Amino acid sequence: MSVAAALRRHGGLVALVLLLAVNVAFTPNFLQLQTLFVNISQVATIAIVALGMTLVIATGGIDLSVGAVMALAGALAPLIFGSAFGLENPTLGLALAIVLPLLAALACGLFNGLMVSVFRVQPIIATLILFISGRGIAQVLTNGNLQTFSNPAFAYLGTGRVLGLPFQGWLAVALAILLWWVVSRTLFGRYVLAVGGNERAAELAGVPARSVKIGVYVVCAVLSGLAGLVVVAINSASDAARNGNLMELDAIAAAVVGGALLQGGRAPIFGALLGAVIIQLVKYTLLANGVEDEVALIAKAAIIVGAVYLQQARTE
Amino acid sequence: MSTLDTDAFDLRAALADGARSNGVWIALVALVAFGLLRYENFGGAYNITSFLNYNAMFILISVGMCFVIITGGIDLSVGSVAAFASVCAAYLSPYGIEVALPGGVLAGMAFGALNAFMIIAMRIPPFIATLATLLGAKGGALVLSDAQTISVDWGSNFTKLGMQKAFGVFPWTIVLTLLVVALAWVVLERTSLGRTVLAVGGGEEASRLMGLEVGRAKAFVYLFSGACAGLAGVFLASGFGAGQPLEGVGWELSAIASVVVGGTLLTGGLGSVWATVAGALLLGLVFNILNFENGRGTISLSAYWQQVVRGAFLFIVILLQARVSRARRARR
Repeated sequence: MSVAAALRRHGGLVALVLLLAVNVAFTPNFLQLQTLFVNISQVATIAIVALGMTLVIATGGIDLSVGAVMALAGALAPLIFGSAFGLENPTLGLALAIVLPLLAALACGLFNGLMVSVFRVQPIIATLILFISGRGIAQVLTNGNLQTFSNPAFAYLGTGRVLGLPFQGWLAVALAILLWWVVSRTLFGRYVLAVGGNERAAELAGVPARSVKIGVYVVCAVLSGLAGLVVVAINSASDAARNGNLMELDAIAAAVVGGALLQGGRAPIFGALLGAVIIQLVKYTLLANGVEDEVALIAKAAIIVGAVYLQQARTE
Repeated sequence: MSTLDTDAFDLRAALADGARSNGVWIALVALVAFGLLRYENFGGAYNITSFLNYNAMFILISVGMCFVIITGGIDLSVGSVAAFASVCAAYLSPYGIEVALPGGVLAGMAFGALNAFMIIAMRIPPFIATLATLLGAKGGALVLSDAQTISVDWGSNFTKLGMQKAFGVFPWTIVLTLLVVALAWVVLERTSLGRTVLAVGGGEEASRLMGLEVGRAKAFVYLFSGACAGLAGVFLASGFGAGQPLEGVGWELSAIASVVVGGTLLTGGLGSVWATVAGALLLGLVFNILNFENGRGTISLSAYWQQVVRGAFLFIVILLQARVSRARRARR
């Protein structure tokens, strides 16, 4: 295998090693437990959304609405456990504050899926509707206000520790294992890859392509909703304008860096996890070395284009 | 409505096509009539000029988007490119409109060239390439302006563009926009470049096999969309007296909605410049009427509703279009 081919195949791992080396050499206090905790707690939300995005991309689709769904789910939770009913019945209120936002996210996914599969709207346009409106609805619900709260039980989602490491890190890993099992060991997983490989052929072979597509958008939206809850729990505050802002880019970048093909047909679940770690490390490296946020935006754009370009080269 | 379809004449199909391409005009007239009857200031000179002045920016980016969508592509970067151009124009405003206007347009075209390079030479899918440009232009605008709004030079003739009227009647922005729209119509309908743009949307591979210059047509549409966004940015800076690096969020959605309302198929190969203008005016009118209703106190919608309404509007239009194109498929 030539060096170039090896680079393409294991580009993600090489990038990770390089990033770690650069950080160890240049970033002050990089080799500290605190750095690890910060990065794990931040990477988890990217990873959770990227897992769903990977499934959507595997069918040849794309979901631009993930950030808006995060904002919507995140806005709902404090409204529910902070309501009069939620305050009277803390346990039930807490359960509802997790279940109802996830159901709202599921409805968003259903909307996206129906638009794509039944009305045959291109995924970019179909999900663009909620990309704009979803955040608008979240802002209408909260009147655009920052909702702060103090609810230790809910905050556990974002600040809890299991075996010394942040809870949401474990959550992301557990979800990745679950989805890996779904993709590689279940009929649904096979169907997803078949639809992404060649939708027409899959349909002729008896794959229920419509339901499969609806399914991936629903899974992606529910995972986004969960990520939205985690972000709100981390901050003990919900800001509909910022929660999940530009997350679609992070998630697409993580999925593509992890090896997903935009044409569909591949679902590298652990690749998405690796991609999320790389994206997070790039962000952290720039931030920790005093690079402005705005420049970091440009760097992220360059990473996405570079990763997609390498992917295209690989398939040709 | 312009199409390369050469099917034999079919009266029913012609009528259905007529209903679709005229639907937007009928809706526009109906909405204007509703406004005139319901609000006393609706037909006033102030409302008309401020409405046209504000929507000139959206007409421009919609017409640019129309060309991109006809080729089967998409340009998500228009909003932040306009914001970037507004910052450039504000910095150039002391040298007068002669410098600031071309400067802003060129800044927009530079991003258009970047899009074209990524899409044609690097073969990046259009939505990824233009999404990256969205980020790049936004980052660039924030770096350039230090994340501040950049006040224009009020001493020069720059603000006359957005605030004064040509021959005392129409704002300059409207006159310029009309020129651009007319030019776009001529290019699409009367030149081989325009025909190639339509052919590329109808079938890229077939166009290439026929020997058409596909790359040139695609490069043209992204450059044109960038130039339109750039000019919209100049209008923004001139009309509001400042370069605004944070403006432009959601503009791509407005533009896409306007194009689709105008009957342009999202799958490419079919589209009309004037119907797109009507689509942009229709979307603008919806907001204009909502503003009037807010003013009367019948409803009270916060600014956040704007985005929800925009999305709902696009949703309804897409549903209508999906029905039309399914009916067409069934007929064939």
